[in-house]
Amino acid sequence: MNTLIILSALGIITLFAEIFRFRKALFPLILLGLAGAFVATSFEYCDHPQSIFNMMIFDKYAVVFSCSLILICFLWFMMARNYFLQETSVTDHFALILFALAGAVVMVSYSNLVMLFLGIEILSVSVYVLAASDKASVLSNEAGFKYFLMGSFASGFLLFGITLIYGATGSFDLGTIEQFVASNPSSGLVTVGVLLMLTGLAFKSSLAPFHFWAPDVYDGAPTTVTAFMATVVKTAAFGAFFRLFSTSFAGVSGQWTTVLWWFAVLTMFAGNLSALRQFSVKRMLAYSSIAHAGYIAIAIVSVSTNGTSAQAILYYTLTYSIATITAFTVLYIVERNTGRNDFGAFEGMAKNNPFLALVTTVAMLSLAGIPPTAGFFGKYYIFLTALNSHNASLVVIAVVAALIGVYYYFRVIISMYFKPEKSDIPASIGSLHQIVLFITTLLTLLLGIFPDWVLRWI
Amino acid sequence: MDAIIKGVPLNWYIILSAVLFCIGVMGVLFRRNAIIIFMCIEIMLTAVNLLTVAFSVYHNDSGGQVFVFFTMAVAAAEVAVGLSILVVMYRNTRSTDIDVLNRLRG
Repeated sequence: MNTLIILSALGIITLFAEIFRFRKALFPLILLGLAGAFVATSFEYCDHPQSIFNMMIFDKYAVVFSCSLILICFLWFMMARNYFLQETSVTDHFALILFALAGAVVMVSYSNLVMLFLGIEILSVSVYVLAASDKASVLSNEAGFKYFLMGSFASGFLLFGITLIYGATGSFDLGTIEQFVASNPSSGLVTVGVLLMLTGLAFKSSLAPFHFWAPDVYDGAPTTVTAFMATVVKTAAFGAFFRLFSTSFAGVSGQWTTVLWWFAVLTMFAGNLSALRQFSVKRMLAYSSIAHAGYIAIAIVSVSTNGTSAQAILYYTLTYSIATITAFTVLYIVERNTGRNDFGAFEGMAKNNPFLALVTTVAMLSLAGIPPTAGFFGKYYIFLTALNSHNASLVVIAVVAALIGVYYYFRVIISMYFKPEKSDIPASIGSLHQIVLFITTLLTLLLGIFPDWVLRWI
Repeated sequence: MDAIIKGVPLNWYIILSAVLFCIGVMGVLFRRNAIIIFMCIEIMLTAVNLLTVAFSVYHNDSGGQVFVFFTMAVAAAEVAVGLSILVVMYRNTRSTDIDVLNRLRG
């Protein structure tokens, strides 16, 4: 609860910064506030959490996911600082990000479908505005508008699902729904409700065949906002997805696992195959983020009660987000200096700035899932949950998809190291960006060697 | 009030809401004007609200009616954001037809 209070207060203070003109002090204040929220959240970690009016519960799952979200958001702020400083309305952007983060925390800690809906909307409405925040750019307008249309369309499905579940069970409470579903698995209203909610959440987390909006939105939105959508929003969406389907709807898993199985397979292939033929690195990363959603969906398909699925999703979303932050920080630096975001813009980076090339390589290896990095162990744990629940065919398909993925991640590395240099990439970058890249790369390598640092908490 | 709502069988509410919801979905999928699409999304949400209230009365549980208030507040906020994005877009493209939204592809 303290987490939400701190984050919301921080958002409101950020808005006041515009009126009282303390913009200079704003950035350190936000970082301090996020660190405070992280500490406050970790203090709530305990074995027997108290439910808050039967609406939210900060159990271990919620605390660990909230900490992970706040950490990613902290890194995001360090990455995005200079982007928004060049615009006039920096406080609005930062406040919206903080409100979106508050929504994300609600999404991983709800114990009532009302809070699930409110969390999703708090997050989405903020991000609609952020996606369209580059007012003069038609591309950004288009991205914001598409995101808004698809988002509210998906909300409609989600709401209809919630209502049918409520009609069948007479309650919005996850525990009551779980009991009802377990004792009446053949209720027609529940079946339709579960499938509608699955559709709504698949839209939100960009699972194929409901992923078609994602590449356009990720491509058109400002690069820093895209980074936020690919990390925090995706982590929160899967946190919410897993919480609902592993508890309330576990009793009718036979009715939705087959559908989600196909969603996962389609997502992995749609994401990886489309990413192959991209010229823009930004769009390639958008498709890569869709593909990663497919891998995470595997852990939800093979939902297991002994906690390994939750561990796998936590570890995967965290390591994926950290590597993605690295990739987008580099992309942002490249875009700012060359004005382009295609593969050609990365050529010659290794000569001009070896540090930048090295961290990009580590991030790409992690995203592709090559052994020394954390991305490999993320995939390993995901595949392990699938094998434990006898889904070997899904693992085989996922490995094939991952092998396709290696090709386009290596295209970036080849552009950086093996193409003739004619680059505008500067030899030195801002110190803040240097710190972010250093932290994320270190985390990618360390979490790969010591996955237990994350796994033990859940 | 309860008697009036319960005068109609629950199944009819479900059918009415499902039909309204489908009209909304069809509108979103097939109309090209952005403002009409907004209206269709509102029809979808209103269909859901109607059904929630009917369920709430039949279950003798006030939770559903409170949920409808939340839904209405959120829908209002969403439309405010959506219309402002539409205004920004109109300034740049001079059109509210969604077919002009084709610059992002690949």
